[in-house]
Amino acid sequence: MLSNGDTDMLRYIYGDTLSSHARLQDTMHRDRTLQFRDRLKWDVSVDENGWERDQYDDLNPLYVIWENERGEHGGSMRFLPTSGRTMVNEHFSHLTDTQICSPLIWECTRFCLAPDASPRVAGALMLAGGELMRAFSLTHLLGVFDARMVRIYRMIGASPEVLGSTGSGRDEISVGLWAYRAEDRMKVLRRAGLSSSISEAWFNRSFGYTIRMAKAA
Amino acid sequence: MVMRNKFNLFYQGLEQAEQLDQIQDLIVGLRDTLDVDHAVYHWVSTDGEQYGFGTYPPVWVQHYVDRDYLRVDPVIIGCFQRFHPVDWKNLDWSSKAARTFRRDAISHGVGNQGFSIPIRGPNGQFALFTVSHSCDDETWTAFTDDHQRELILVAHYLNQKALEIEKGRAPEPVRPLSPREVDTLTYLAMGYGRGQVAEMLSISEHTLRAYIESARFKLGAANTTHAVARALAEGLIVVGGAAREADGHWPGKGDQQAVPA
Repeated sequence: MLSNGDTDMLRYIYGDTLSSHARLQDTMHRDRTLQFRDRLKWDVSVDENGWERDQYDDLNPLYVIWENERGEHGGSMRFLPTSGRTMVNEHFSHLTDTQICSPLIWECTRFCLAPDASPRVAGALMLAGGELMRAFSLTHLLGVFDARMVRIYRMIGASPEVLGSTGSGRDEISVGLWAYRAEDRMKVLRRAGLSSSISEAWFNRSFGYTIRMAKAA
Repeated sequence: MVMRNKFNLFYQGLEQAEQLDQIQDLIVGLRDTLDVDHAVYHWVSTDGEQYGFGTYPPVWVQHYVDRDYLRVDPVIIGCFQRFHPVDWKNLDWSSKAARTFRRDAISHGVGNQGFSIPIRGPNGQFALFTVSHSCDDETWTAFTDDHQRELILVAHYLNQKALEIEKGRAPEPVRPLSPREVDTLTYLAMGYGRGQVAEMLSISEHTLRAYIESARFKLGAANTTHAVARALAEGLIVVGGAAREADGHWPGKGDQQAVPA
């Protein structure tokens, strides 16, 4: 059950090194335009390059990007620790009646899939979220997502606990929490059609080492 | 359990510290508790100004500044603008300058192993909290596995305190507890178990854990018990008799007191 393509892979990339993956960067921001402006009709900013970008992209977030066999963006999401500035706390705290703030809880926003992304991509991205929690001893991820994602998360078997929502139908935007549970990993690996070793190899390639096997809680 | 108690002493000491030399004493104590060679806090401002405290030999600190090692230190280069903890062995030590630096550091007693937590403060502030030691890879991996979560919190609490104390630096305003966090700590203070509190708030225990984690971080607390105690002490939550006896005026209070029992 290794990855089906020769070169498709998960990459973990901080914002300040994203430009050295120029094609990936360009296609990610263009796909974000397609998803958030064109399809979801969110009130987002698109620059002269056709890139959807916001102020949180300027805070040097950590991106997790699925790179397809053409070297282009297949899907992505963006992480920032909630101990600093976050989109959830600055724009969505009215939905959750709380301001989550901890270096052990990271925010996950701009979950985006390329128009032609295979169903496995969403699973691979969820897997990456779990790998970050496992590697850096995080307790939770806090996410902002649109209505379509609720169904996708359910299909992957990684539904968050929704803390609050606004809008209705396809315009609904929700804030949700994923808790780290070691036992979820095998399930998400299976749904993503990926092996544990390839996931570790991708992580290792980005961070320079292999995640130690976490002890049972 | 002994370890946990010692961490509590560190957190309590840090909470009360008002001067840098007090933090210096605490970090020495922390190093002893962790049973590692060194524990160090290192702040680098955007203009390259450095500041810190910890257990590195003063000779090494001066040597580091004299040699301008800030420019070649792979720990600084590898952690700058990052927010994930880093084991030194995963950094890029391939350049000649980095290898020379490493030899020099080891000869000054820094240790062959290190683990650093980058902290991003307000307005581009950057700091590192580091523990270093001399041991084999397996021993070090076991240590960092066991302590990563605690070290991340220690790093952030130290940074917050350093921001508070350092003159001319505006500390990040203490974030208020959210209504959900107040509810959580109040019910815990009343003696309800986590399962009961989660049920009363109509959330899962996993989500409750996030509220507790967030509240404990905002309060600079070592654990849940400490967080509840601090919230009570600072009057952020009010429980039972304290609520009834609290000063303050609200409609009917005076009337009630006037009514003979």
